[in-house]
Order: sequence, then structure tokens, then C-alpha cells
Amino acid sequence: MTILFNYMNISIFLFLVSILGIFINQKNILVMLMSLEMMFLSVNFNLIAASIHLDDISGQIFSLLILTVAASESSIGLAILVIYYRIRSTITVELMNLMKG
Amino acid sequence: MYLCIVLLPLLGALFSGLLGRWIGSKGSCILTTFCVLLSGVFSGIAFFEVGLSGTIIHLILESWIESGLLIIKWGFLFDTVTVTMLIVITWISTLVHIYSISYMETDPHRPRFMCYLCVFTFFMLMLVTADNLLQMFLGWEGVGLASYLLINFWYTRLGANQSAIKALVVNRIGDFGLSLGIFSVFCIFKSLDYSIIFSTVPFFDNYCFKFLGFNCDGISLIGFFLFIGAMGKSAQLGLHTWLPDAMEGPTPVSALIHAATMVTAGVFLMIRFSPLLEFSTFLLSVLVIFGSLTAFFAGMTGIFQNDLKKVIAYSTCSQLGYMVFSCGMSCYEVSLFHLTNHAFFKALLFLSAGSVIHAVNNEQDMRRMGSLVNFLPMTYSLMLIGSLALTGFPFLTGFYSKDFILELTHSTSFCNLDLLYSSLALWLGSISVLFTSFYSFRLIYLTFLNSNNSNRIILSNIHESPWLMSLPLILLAIGSLFFGFIAYDLFIGLGTDFWKGAIFVLPNHNFYIEAENLPIFIKWLPFLVSILGIFLASLVNITYIYKFFLLKWYKISFFWVYLINKKWFFDTLYNRLFVYPILNFGYLTSFKALDRGFIELAGPFGLSNLISKWSSLIFRIQTGQMTHYIFYIIVSVCIFSIIYIYKHILLVKTLHLLIFYFFLVFFI
Repeated sequence: MTILFNYMNISIFLFLVSILGIFINQKNILVMLMSLEMMFLSVNFNLIAASIHLDDISGQIFSLLILTVAASESSIGLAILVIYYRIRSTITVELMNLMKG
Repeated sequence: MYLCIVLLPLLGALFSGLLGRWIGSKGSCILTTFCVLLSGVFSGIAFFEVGLSGTIIHLILESWIESGLLIIKWGFLFDTVTVTMLIVITWISTLVHIYSISYMETDPHRPRFMCYLCVFTFFMLMLVTADNLLQMFLGWEGVGLASYLLINFWYTRLGANQSAIKALVVNRIGDFGLSLGIFSVFCIFKSLDYSIIFSTVPFFDNYCFKFLGFNCDGISLIGFFLFIGAMGKSAQLGLHTWLPDAMEGPTPVSALIHAATMVTAGVFLMIRFSPLLEFSTFLLSVLVIFGSLTAFFAGMTGIFQNDLKKVIAYSTCSQLGYMVFSCGMSCYEVSLFHLTNHAFFKALLFLSAGSVIHAVNNEQDMRRMGSLVNFLPMTYSLMLIGSLALTGFPFLTGFYSKDFILELTHSTSFCNLDLLYSSLALWLGSISVLFTSFYSFRLIYLTFLNSNNSNRIILSNIHESPWLMSLPLILLAIGSLFFGFIAYDLFIGLGTDFWKGAIFVLPNHNFYIEAENLPIFIKWLPFLVSILGIFLASLVNITYIYKFFLLKWYKISFFWVYLINKKWFFDTLYNRLFVYPILNFGYLTSFKALDRGFIELAGPFGLSNLISKWSSLIFRIQTGQMTHYIFYIIVSVCIFSIIYIYKHILLVKTLHLLIFYFFLVFFI
């Protein structure tokens, strides 16, 4: 039980750190994407720990699916980033302010 | 023939009003005058048949309103009171029509004027011939309307507009009382027919009902409401302010409406409801108090008026006071007799005043006249006849009615009948006799006898009136000289059976015999008092002694003269107390604070304003910075999860939301 809590604590900690990474970061969009990846990883970690503890395979299947989703997502995101950089020649988050309400 | 009396003036009015463009100015004059003249002839015949031969006519035509208990038919009742009024209305109206043909000769709107005069006559005839209260109310409102139209005849003048509106509004206050009276009559008697009401009045004696914890006597209440109506129409103290201002209209209008006929409608109502008023001593006391106060007030105010027509207007008001308090002393016959006589000599006075005004180039101020006796001897003699009749000079018309009213007030103080306040009427009435003769002769002196104050151009153009104006004056003068003597025995002679139940007086309110047996000094008293008034007027105007008094006791006399000249500040008081506060309430409170203020703020304007303010607030949240969006996402996820967890605490009810919204409306 305590082992599970340790695993889960780590994953939640990792999740919060990644949220803070998105939250606090004002400059670089790459850091935001990395934090996003870290978020996926922490969720995967949590799922795997729960799957081991509950002795159920579906958590691991989910984690595998999420890995593929995360990979595709990061590839698409990086592609958008590249196109953005090609047009604006900057990737600073602060300057992405064209979508005012 | 009886329906023709009522409908002929309507016919004349319709032809003159609708077809005046085609039949022309003279044509409409001839047509309307002929219609009213024919009506006058018919009413003479009606007087003979109903009054002298004793056949009371009651015509019932189609039904007007039938709804449950409320059954009202077009009915025309010609009893003795009605035919007496018919004589007054149609004859005076005929003479005024003839007079105004010449008086309004140069006016471009003469067909309209004749049409209005005819309309007025028609409504007045409707009023007096009605056999139920609603039909009477039709005539009542109609004469108010006609009065408005006639005062406002020269509608380009601001003064005429204001006076007409004032007359209509003040009358409408009385009409409101009258309509309340009609409602309460229907509430108690379940009918509006005179015959039903008057025959069942004794059963409702001491009929009480609770209202706001008070015990209201039904009969007194009805009578009180009816008296409020009469107060407005007959210009009794309190609602009298419209009458002097109504002099803005042409002079024949003042003669017809504000002297002879319309103002007598209130007195007519009181006379008509004599079977009801007799059962309420409270109401009779009210009539006496208001009537005598009106007589006194108007007599006093007439003294220091400088407008020729306003003096006569106040004299009308004063004489109406006489009529009303004589009604209050249950002497309805005398009141009606005085009404008839008064119509003759007051119409004479007004039309003579019109003749004077016509002669001196529309100058109404008496201080700018004088010594007109050399220029207008005939008008002078006619006006003298009118004034003497008004002051109750022996063996003229006024003597027979007015002095008898005063003798009746004396007789109550000499007998032990239970009529309260008759000594009030006695004193105030006697003092107003003094005032009456004083201002009548002040008018004569200032206009005709004193040295002249007008300029030479006016004097060079001065002329007697044409014969069309003189003829009615002469006829009216004959009426004022002889009518009282001729009709005295018929109307108020001891034991006359002329009235035949049209007027009802309780036996214990009847004291004619006592009035016949008064001490001789008291019979002389009104005459002596009026001679004193004439003497005082002569003294003041011949010797100019009043200037000495004015200088000697300047401050005191100044106060009194000013007070009386300003009509006891009634208009000022009413303006300060009622008119301006109501106007201010209507504009500031009702319109600006409520309609355009609170309701607008809580309703459409406030709501739209609130939404636009809120939307701009939310609008500003979307900055376009991606980090801000992320912040909002995360924070709102946190907040909504907290709300979801603690929703049983944070549940906000709809009512609270509404209150919150109303609170917000006033701050955004």
C-alpha cells in the first residue's frame, strides 16, 4: 500500500511540477511543450502503478495508447511550432497575442 | 312641441357649425336665432300648459342603457321647476343670440360663435328637462364643454386659453363630486330616475353604512356629493375661482353662461333634489354656511375690482350665494324665483356692460371711463335699472325675491324652528346687501357719472349701440322692471299651488307665514341697508373722502384694499397649496422620479445597461495572452471543483439573485 502511495505521490508531484511549468513559464513555448509531455508521463506513471496494484491489464493498455497519442500530439505540436517559427521567426509566448476577445 | 324645445337649438347648432361655411355668417346668425326663438316661444307655451294649466308632461323615449338593475331611458320631464328654467334659458338665450349678431358683427368666426351659443342652449335644456340623473349629467358636462369652447372663443389669446382651462378643470372637480353623488344614488336607491328616488327617499331616512369606521348617513352623503357638484358649477366659495376669470370670453358669453344660465345649474340641482335634501339637516346647514359665505365674500371682493365685467361677475357669485343659502333654509321656491329674476337683471347688466365696452373701444377698466352718461344715455338708464333691480330697490324685480330671502332669514331667528345657522345667513346676507348696492353704484359712478379719464380719440368715436344690441337690452329691462311684480304671487305668493309637488318641503321646515308677520322695521331693513350702500358709494365718489382715509390710515387701509382687490388671495393660496404642488408632483415625482426614473432603471434601461457593462467586463478578460488563458483554465477548474464539492453551502437561490441584480442596477 505504501509503495503505491509513494508511486502516486511521485506522479502527482510530477503532474503539479509540469502544471507549474506551464503556468509560470512566460517566455518559451518549447518549455510548455516539454511540460505537457511531462504531464502525459506522470499520468502514464500513475496508470501503470494503479494497474500493478489492482492487478489489471487495462491500465497498461491505456498507458500504451496514451504513449502513442502523446507521441503524435508532440509531433503535430512541433510541426505547428516549426510553421509558426517560419512565419513569425520567433517562438516567444508573450508575442502570441493576436487573439484578443 | 316639447321635444322641439330641446332639439331645435341642437338643430341650429348643427346647421351653423357644420354648414356655416355654406350658409354664411348672416345665414347662420338668422338660423340659430330663429331656432332659439322658436324654442323660446314653445317654452312659453309649455309654461302656460305646465305651469298655469297644471298638466305635467313626462315623455319617455327609447332606452339608453339597460344592464341588470341599471335601466336608463331617454326621458324628458316638464314639471313646474323645469318650465320655469326653460323660460329663463330660452328667453335669455334668444336675447343673447340677437345681441351677439350685432356685437360679434366684425368677428370672422361668427358662425362658430353662434353654433357654440346654440350648443350651450341645447345642453342646458338637456340638463333641466332630464328625468334621470345620467341624462342630467350629460347636460351638466355639456354646458361645461360649451363654457370651455365659448370662453376660449378667441383662442389665439393666452388669457382666454388659461381661463377656459381653469374653468373646465375647476368645474371638473365639482363634476367628480357629482359623479360620486350619482354612484351613491345608484348604490342606495338602485335607480337614477327622479321619480323613483324622490318617492323612496323617506324610506332611506336614517339609512347608515360604515365607511372607514365612520357611520355615514346615506342621504347626507348623497346630498353632500351633489352639493360639491353644485359648488363647482355655481361658483360657491371654494370652487368659485373660475368664474371671475371666465370673463375672458366675449361679453354675450358672460351674460349667457356666467350670469343667467350655466351658473344657475348648481342651484337648479339643489332645487331639483329638494325632496332629498329636506331629509338631511346637516346638508341644509352646509348649504346655508357655504351660501352665506359666498354671498359675503363675493360682495366684499366686488367692491375693489376695477374691471367692469369682474364687478358684475362677483355680483353674480354673490347672488348665487343668496340662492344657495335660501335653498339651505328650505325656501326652494324663493331660490328659484330669485334665480329667474336674477337671470333677467344680470343678463341686462352684462349686456349693458358689453354695450359700454363696445362703445369705448373694448376698454374694460372702469378707471379709464367716466361721464359716459352724456354719451350713452340709453345704456346708462338701462344699467341703472339693472343695478337698482340688483340692489333690491322697491318694486323692481330684485325687491320681490332678494328682500324676501332676507326676510326669511329673519323669520327663522324669530321663531323656534330647528334651522341652524340662519343667523349667520342673516348677518352675512344683510352685509352683502350693503356691499351689493355699494359696488353697483360704484360701477355706475365710475363708468357714467365721474369725470372722464379716457383719451380724446375714444371719446370722439363713442356711440350708442345699434338697434340689434339695444332691443334685447330694452326687453331685458322691461323684464327686470316688471317680472318680479308679475310673477311674485305665482311663484312665492302665500299658499300658491304653482309648484305642484315639483318642490318638496318638510312641514316643519316651512315658515312662510312667520316671514309675512315680521316686525315692520325688519321688513324695512334690507331697503335701508341698500340705501346706506348707495349713500356711501355717492359719498366716496362725489367727495373723494376716501382719499383722506387712505392717507390717514395708510397701512391699514392699504392692507385691506390690497386683500380685497386680490380676491382675498384665493388664487394665490390655491396655486401655492394645490396647483403648484400637484404640478410638481406630476412632473418631478410621478414623471421624472417614477416613470422615467425608478421604473426605467429597474426595467429596460437598467437591464440593457447592466448587460452591456457586464459584457465589456468579460470582454476585457480575453487579453489574447496565451498564459492568461491557461491561468483562467486552471483557476476555473479549481474553482468549479471547489464549488462542486461545497455546493450545499454555496447554493444561491433565485430570489437572492434577483435582489443582487436590483442592487447592481443602481451602481453600474
